[in-house]
Amino acid sequence: MLSSILAASLSMGLLAVAFAVLLVWASRRFTVQEDPRVELLANLLPGANCGACGFSGCSGFAKAAVEGKAPADGCRAGGPGVAARVAEVLGVAAPAGVTRQVAHVFCAGTQALAKRTGEYRGLPDCRAAELVSGGGKACTYGCLGFGTCVEACPFDALTMGPEGLPVVDERKCTGCGICTQVCPRGVIQLVDAGRRTFVNCLSPLPGKLVRQVCQAGCIACNICERLCEHDAIHVLGNLATITPELCIACGQCSAKCPTHVIECRREEEAGEALPAGAGQAAS
Amino acid sequence: MSFSSLVLLFVGSALINNFILSRFLGICAFLGVSKRLETALGMGAAVTFVMTISGAVSWAIQRYILVPFHLPFLQYVVFILVIATLVQFLEMVIRRYSPSLYEAFGIYLPLITTNCAILGVALLVAGSDYGLLETLVFSVGSAVGWTLAIVLMAGLREELEFADVPLSLQGPALSLLIAAIMSLTFMGFSGLVPAS
Repeated sequence: MLSSILAASLSMGLLAVAFAVLLVWASRRFTVQEDPRVELLANLLPGANCGACGFSGCSGFAKAAVEGKAPADGCRAGGPGVAARVAEVLGVAAPAGVTRQVAHVFCAGTQALAKRTGEYRGLPDCRAAELVSGGGKACTYGCLGFGTCVEACPFDALTMGPEGLPVVDERKCTGCGICTQVCPRGVIQLVDAGRRTFVNCLSPLPGKLVRQVCQAGCIACNICERLCEHDAIHVLGNLATITPELCIACGQCSAKCPTHVIECRREEEAGEALPAGAGQAAS
Repeated sequence: MSFSSLVLLFVGSALINNFILSRFLGICAFLGVSKRLETALGMGAAVTFVMTISGAVSWAIQRYILVPFHLPFLQYVVFILVIATLVQFLEMVIRRYSPSLYEAFGIYLPLITTNCAILGVALLVAGSDYGLLETLVFSVGSAVGWTLAIVLMAGLREELEFADVPLSLQGPALSLLIAAIMSLTFMGFSGLVPAS
């Protein structure tokens, strides 16, 4: 009995030592020289593997950045905070002029306000619905409301609101732009964080046609353009367009817009223009 | 041991007692890495390497350590140790010499450690009265059979990418059905060698 235990432990021990020696030798012999910066960068990045940089995940971007194939500010989800630290690791000048961007839904056509032409019973996916005669919404420029963007968001920053339009949580949004790519109609676009006025319509049709399909569309009535004291809003191609640099968010246009398509947020509602990653740096 | 009996052993382990299709061992990698022909071939090569060496090493350990010291109860532990070491070793070698293959394997290379087909070979060899040559032939035969099955499967699945598959059969359901039909087909090989 005792000898059996002894033999077992001895033979097992010897085998283990033999294998250990083999592995130690192999790890010396077959080491792969990897640039330590790759791992350093991979740890800096948000780690969401959103792919907005154009590389396969965060490790792909880290590798490309070290090889010089990707710019230091290539990580859109990370924003200026991450870009500065990536630049530091790479030993290049910190990229300037990167402002944080967030997604914004340029459509105000809620279920109550937008006219429907029919009932869509296919796959509950905007891209599928867009292929099938526009998924039932009469307006061919507005949000389809099946929440493809909500599902695509890797940061849980989008939710489907009660009125059939996605809502952006600007605190969670990193501006990676995935939602802008999956939206078949381009309703979601990236805007600078902190911007306070938006014309929530993309329809370039004349006012009469817009009225036929939606009560919340821009009808190009020019009221906002006449009201604006700062030359910040113009009707271009049947659509009111704001110049964010000139707009002071006084709210005049928003208040007088007959279809309430101009959104003007009060200062405290506006998203913080803080660089993304500032919160991560503190933690 | 005559040459013809070695050939029979090879054919028997590769086709008739095919590890995937008639012993049903190593199914996880068979279903996991059979999406592309190239990865399937690489996986087959890795399994062949590990299976052959672990078969031979297990045979030697069984014959020269476990049997003389009356320790056959250590079989499982020792064989798993052997396989784990070999997989680690192979991982380092592949990473050094073929990074693209290493990336393609991903999680499946470490998973060979728990590939029951490899432990299966080690245990079958230990339970038999094979000599070293027969062990090698049996291991290589089994590995070739395993590779053959996974490569056939990958070929079929690549073709199926373009097929119009009914919704209820898409994905794993169809893969399992294909595996079942392949298994039935391989049963036909059992007539190749008269029962001994």
